[in-house]
Amino acid sequence: MSATAEKAAKPKVTIIEAIAKAYHDAFADDPKVITLGEDLADPEGGGIAKITKGLSTSFGDDRVRSTPISEQAIMGAAIGASLAGYKPVAEIMLMNFTTVAMDMIVNHAAKLRFMSGGQTSVPIVIRTMTGLGFGSGGQHCDYLEAWFAHTPGIKVCAASTPEDAYGLLRAAIEDPDPVIFIENLPTYRVPMAFELPASDHRVPLGKAAVQREGSDVTVVSYARMAVQARAAAEQATAEGISVEVVDLRTIAPWDRETVLASARKTGRVIVVHEAVKEHGAGAEIAAVINEELFGGLKKPVKRLGGAFSAVPYSRPLENAYAPDADRILAAIKDIVS
Amino acid sequence: MADKQLVADSVVLLEIYKRAALLKANDERARKVILSGQIAMVYYSYRGQEIIPSVMGEVLRDDDTICTIYRGIHDMLGKGFPLRELWAELAGRTTGSCKGKGGPMHLTYPAKGVMVTTGIVGSSAPIANGLAWAAQLDGSDRVSICTFGDGASNIGAVHEAMNLAAVWKLPTIFVCQNNLFAEHTKFEKMTGGQNIAARADGYGIPGVRVDGNDPEAMYSAFAEAVARARAGEGPTLLECMTFRFFGHNFGDDDSYIPKEQKAAAMEADPVPRLRARLIADGVATEAELAAVEAEIEARIDDAVEHALASPWPEPDDLRFDVFAKEIAA
Repeated sequence: MSATAEKAAKPKVTIIEAIAKAYHDAFADDPKVITLGEDLADPEGGGIAKITKGLSTSFGDDRVRSTPISEQAIMGAAIGASLAGYKPVAEIMLMNFTTVAMDMIVNHAAKLRFMSGGQTSVPIVIRTMTGLGFGSGGQHCDYLEAWFAHTPGIKVCAASTPEDAYGLLRAAIEDPDPVIFIENLPTYRVPMAFELPASDHRVPLGKAAVQREGSDVTVVSYARMAVQARAAAEQATAEGISVEVVDLRTIAPWDRETVLASARKTGRVIVVHEAVKEHGAGAEIAAVINEELFGGLKKPVKRLGGAFSAVPYSRPLENAYAPDADRILAAIKDIVS
Repeated sequence: MADKQLVADSVVLLEIYKRAALLKANDERARKVILSGQIAMVYYSYRGQEIIPSVMGEVLRDDDTICTIYRGIHDMLGKGFPLRELWAELAGRTTGSCKGKGGPMHLTYPAKGVMVTTGIVGSSAPIANGLAWAAQLDGSDRVSICTFGDGASNIGAVHEAMNLAAVWKLPTIFVCQNNLFAEHTKFEKMTGGQNIAARADGYGIPGVRVDGNDPEAMYSAFAEAVARARAGEGPTLLECMTFRFFGHNFGDDDSYIPKEQKAAAMEADPVPRLRARLIADGVATEAELAAVEAEIEARIDDAVEHALASPWPEPDDLRFDVFAKEIAA
């Protein structure tokens, strides 16, 4: 059975189901896990994406708390509870809303361990959703991972499969440091041919996944762009180009070893993200590949990313804004030409 | 555990004085050490505000927590922050409570409940709520204090925090030390309503304005807020009226403070006032208080000497405490 056929034979699950299961299992395993955010508890419907539906009924109103629309207060409460030994998962509904809590995240969550000389720590998870595709315009779907990746003391991860979503969220909750867990809205409810993992499944933070092996070109990506990269790789294979797809999974700290090993092997690298290309995470990855492998590459590292504009509303503009499988395929053909 | 009494008797007043004397002496030493060039640091003098944290320290337990701000060394010493670890941190040495990585604006000492010191105006409040939530989850009657200035009463974080504390009925006590100046700006010029305590009404929580330089009034107001929080009755906002003697940061010329206002405040210096009263009331003799003060000076001498004799951190220390696991060299 080919890998593709084997995957097709697996039951289909969604990322949303995986995250909901990870939440439930983490609450069942550790009484110190708590959560807060707008509309999270059952009287408010279990969150806008229903991910926490049932959680407050199962584990109580003390551990699962709906909050006012107050992102600074949400982040502060998460930080304070973590200082006292709890493991809060704070939902900041949309990634753009992290901007109103940046002081709490950047000045406090990320820095308290260092500034206290290691006396305190902030083992929180910030769950946040984002991603274009619904015509939400400029303030509801930005990818802002580079801002946090640029902040020492905070880890950033994003999954592109249900298995990774489960394993990363469980690992993030257990991690001793603050983690931003970015969820992609448009791929939330897309059934994917993966298993819903067992409760001991973990994806270690800082470890990338080689999701497809290849020898001509490496595509490094994460989140929805990894889904698009896999589709592009499938198409490229049909056209005789062997593509290796590396899903970073953790954007900060990222897995240099895996990326550099793949780059050494193929000599051609394309980095793809939905976030604005300029000063994005791809720039850091390209720079490190250049520093480590200069002279050993067959082509300069290529970067694909969002346009240098706000995310637009109108469908043709939104379609033009971010890379997709077609544009990744075009870049693959270009780099191997 | 039974609640502390709500009225400060002479025994309590003497204890408050001992704390206030330590705070006053420590501030005087800090300014002296900076002027002598022994330690170079950014310093926000709290001189004039000593009674508020001395009362808090007298009422609170070690397991009660405090989140304070850059002008907060008085709050920390009031809470029991040890002098050696404090001074070594001010000096940036490895023996400092934060190994020299935090400095005067980020002093931390969890063993005495000093959980966060922030350099960002108002940011003590949202974090204090989380510590209060943890107390609720633990089933503990410990309370969570946040201190901030009158300037912070105009920043959003404090308002978000007061609202959350109200709706979650958290054991958070919001202690605003109103020293009448937000950096260089007069309180009345930038504060709508000119009454911070009254803002508590908007959140349905008690708000009390109290003379923070009057140990008895301060004690009663604070002890009542703590008793409410311990009993699960929710948060209180205290607006403690006071005055800072030496400007926003040490070295500023404080030309924005009217000379008569400053002279009158210094004339009414609350620490010698309490001292004189204790002697007049026969609670302590001049000789007894002089002995207390001499012992304080000796302890500060020891702490400063210890700090200056301690080793500096190594550059390699930058790899540690960013994450739980060190960053690869």
